[in-house]
Amino acid sequence: MTAQAIEVTALCVERGDRTVLSGLDFGVPPGQVTGLLGPSGCGKTTLMRSIVGVQRITSGSVAVLGEPAGSLPLRDRVGYVTQAPSVYEDLTATENLTFFARVLDVGRDRITACLDLVGLTSHADQLVGRLSGGQRSRVSLAVALLAEPPVLVLDEPTVGLDPVLRLELWQAFHELAAAGAAVLVSSHVMDEASRCDRLLLMRDGRLIADETPAALLARTGATDVEGAFLQIVGVPAPRRVLS
Amino acid sequence: MSARVTLAVCLRVLTQLRRDRRTLAMLVVLPCALLALLWWMFHGTGFGPGFDALGPPLLALVPFTLMFLVTSVTTLRERTSGTLERLLTMPLGKGDFLLGYALAFGLMAAVQSVLAVVVCVWLLGLTVAGPVWMLLVVAVLDAVLGTALGLFVSAFARTEFQAVQFMPALVIPQILLCGLFIARDAMPAVLHGISEVLPLSWAVDAMQHVAASAATGTAWADLAVVAGWSLVLLVLGAATLRRRSA
Repeated sequence: MTAQAIEVTALCVERGDRTVLSGLDFGVPPGQVTGLLGPSGCGKTTLMRSIVGVQRITSGSVAVLGEPAGSLPLRDRVGYVTQAPSVYEDLTATENLTFFARVLDVGRDRITACLDLVGLTSHADQLVGRLSGGQRSRVSLAVALLAEPPVLVLDEPTVGLDPVLRLELWQAFHELAAAGAAVLVSSHVMDEASRCDRLLLMRDGRLIADETPAALLARTGATDVEGAFLQIVGVPAPRRVLS
Repeated sequence: MSARVTLAVCLRVLTQLRRDRRTLAMLVVLPCALLALLWWMFHGTGFGPGFDALGPPLLALVPFTLMFLVTSVTTLRERTSGTLERLLTMPLGKGDFLLGYALAFGLMAAVQSVLAVVVCVWLLGLTVAGPVWMLLVVAVLDAVLGTALGLFVSAFARTEFQAVQFMPALVIPQILLCGLFIARDAMPAVLHGISEVLPLSWAVDAMQHVAASAATGTAWADLAVVAGWSLVLLVLGAATLRRRSA
């Protein structure tokens, strides 16, 4: 068995009297793009927060690169992009990256490289507050890429983006994975599943599938991941209304 | 903690301030304008305690209050926008974050106070028995105190509205009890006791001692209390920065 970059064991998270994650067990291997798919509110963000170590967990454990999630040796080895772009709106893209680069102790050359990677070179000196939503999330993504982390945790990074750009970003994720990184990308859009090497399907705080897209389709006999999802949760696929 | 990260936070906060021209202008102009208003109010009336008596306390109050407001709102924004959470997943010590803020706002307060002191002493003719530079030291430390209180309090606010409401809750009582309206030892015993503990009382005392006497010993002792309070509030503030939340 190959060593997993992220190892989640019997993870439970309760918030008040509500169970958000109930007993998750899975691993995320390095060198692959793993998709975390499921409807909004199924616990994807809580799971990702647990992996980067900012979520208070009830029981179970999360190990990243063999260390407990969120521990000191991981602080510059895990890139994390939250759903809402966590960057400073009153600074330019370059200023944001400059600040985070100083915190992470990486060179200035990474700033230009990361801006280029997310396609924002031409907007480098614009205030983030003046950028569009998609551009803002790309600034946030660029911050996560600064330290060339071996583990990337990306919470819905491609929502609302132009299809061309979405394609480019997925290519970038695959390039990072090919270079050895473990890339975990969440999405509530099922059609992004086909772009992943491996899928984790979630519903109501539980994992309902953990396999390659091809294996998932073969097992369920569905034609797409949406159909497979419905099949697993026991709802017959809708008949086509329009032919 | 690391000097690199502390400095990074400080530089970033200063860049943000530089961007916000209006806040910057208000931070610099407001204290001078308020002090001038106070001077004008007493000018030629012969009533009341006069500018010489009230100028020094105001010179302590203004940087404290303004920095409290600016800091609590800025840090709250950092907490709600997710940038703080992101920073806490990075190699950033809580002390780096707090000290970076304290440095940036302390520097801002220094600029603010230089102007306020210049206006008071040379334009409005405030009588100062002690060294004038000492007024500046006191003003900057008062501003750092306001910053420390703002950093701590921002942990208990969920919205900017709530953060601003902490001013009547935590700042105005201190203004009432700091000896500006009645000498502190003339207050009812309980209130006098409370005023002895409140940090702003010591800040105002320090300013009054510099204004009243050439000997700086008492003022330094007052300042030690103000610095102690700032340190305690910064440590408490660090305790409110949690890497893990529910």
